[in-house]
Amino acid sequence: MILWVGEYAAGVLVVIGALFSLIAAIGVLRLPDLYTRMHAATKVGTVGAGFILLGVAAAAFDASVVLRALIGIGFLVLTTPVSAHLLARAAFLTGTRPTWLTYINEAESETGDKPKY
Amino acid sequence: MNLTGLLVIFALGWAAVTGNFGVLNLLLGAVIGGLALLLFRVKTVRPAFISRAWRIAALALLFIRELLESAVRVAILVLTPDLSARLRPAIIAFPLTARSDGEITLLANLITLTPGTLSVDVSEDRQRLFIHCLSLQDRDALIDGIAIGFEAKVIEVFK
Repeated sequence: MILWVGEYAAGVLVVIGALFSLIAAIGVLRLPDLYTRMHAATKVGTVGAGFILLGVAAAAFDASVVLRALIGIGFLVLTTPVSAHLLARAAFLTGTRPTWLTYINEAESETGDKPKY
Repeated sequence: MNLTGLLVIFALGWAAVTGNFGVLNLLLGAVIGGLALLLFRVKTVRPAFISRAWRIAALALLFIRELLESAVRVAILVLTPDLSARLRPAIIAFPLTARSDGEITLLANLITLTPGTLSVDVSEDRQRLFIHCLSLQDRDALIDGIAIGFEAKVIEVFK
C-alpha cells in the first residue's frame, strides 16, 4: 500500500519537475538578454531538478537513496546561484549590454574602477 | 568535554551496541545521544548552539518558500504572450550591511534564488551589491524587503 502511494507520488513529482524544466527552457529562448535568461535558468531550473530528485526519492523508497537525493538537492541549491552569479558577473565585467528594455541601471552611474557598458 | 566529542562517543556507542557502523546508523546514534543530552545534561548543550540551529532552520524554510514562489512567478511570466511588455528589467545597487565574506556570499545566493532578483556583482569596496531585477516595481520597497528579510536573518545566523 505504502509503496503504491510512493509510486504515484513519484510520478506526480517527476511530471511537475519536467514541466518546470520545460518552462525554464522556454524562458531561456523567449527572454531578451543574458541577465533575464539567468532568472529562468536558475530559479525555474533548480525547482524543476529538485522536484525530479524528490520523485526519485519517493520512487526508490530506500533510506540511502532518499538521503542522497536530499543531499543532491542541497548541492543543487548551493551551486546553481553561484554559477548564475558567475555567468552574470562575466557578462557584466566584459561589458555585455543589458536589453534596451532595462529602465534603471545603477551600475552604469557608478563611479570608480568598474568596467562600464 | 565539548558537545561534538560527546556526540561522537554516543554515536560510536550506539553503533557498537546495534552492531551496525553504517552512516545512517551513526547519525541516528548521534541524534539519540543529542536527545539524551538534552534530557539529562542541559548544561553541556550550550543554548547558543540550539538557538543557532533554530535560526538556520528558519532561514532554510524561508528560503525554500521564496524559491518555490519565485519559480512559479518566473514560470508564469515566461508563459505570458506579451512578454516584453511585462518585463521591467533593472540593475540596482543594494547597500550592504553584511560585512564578512560568508555573509555576503550567503546573501547573494539567497537573492539569486528569490523572486525576480539575481545578484550580479559586489562593488570593490563591498558597500553595494548589484542586483538584476526581472520586473522591478518599486526600487526602495525591494531594497527594504531584502534588508529586513534576508539580510537580517543572514546576519543573525552568522552572529
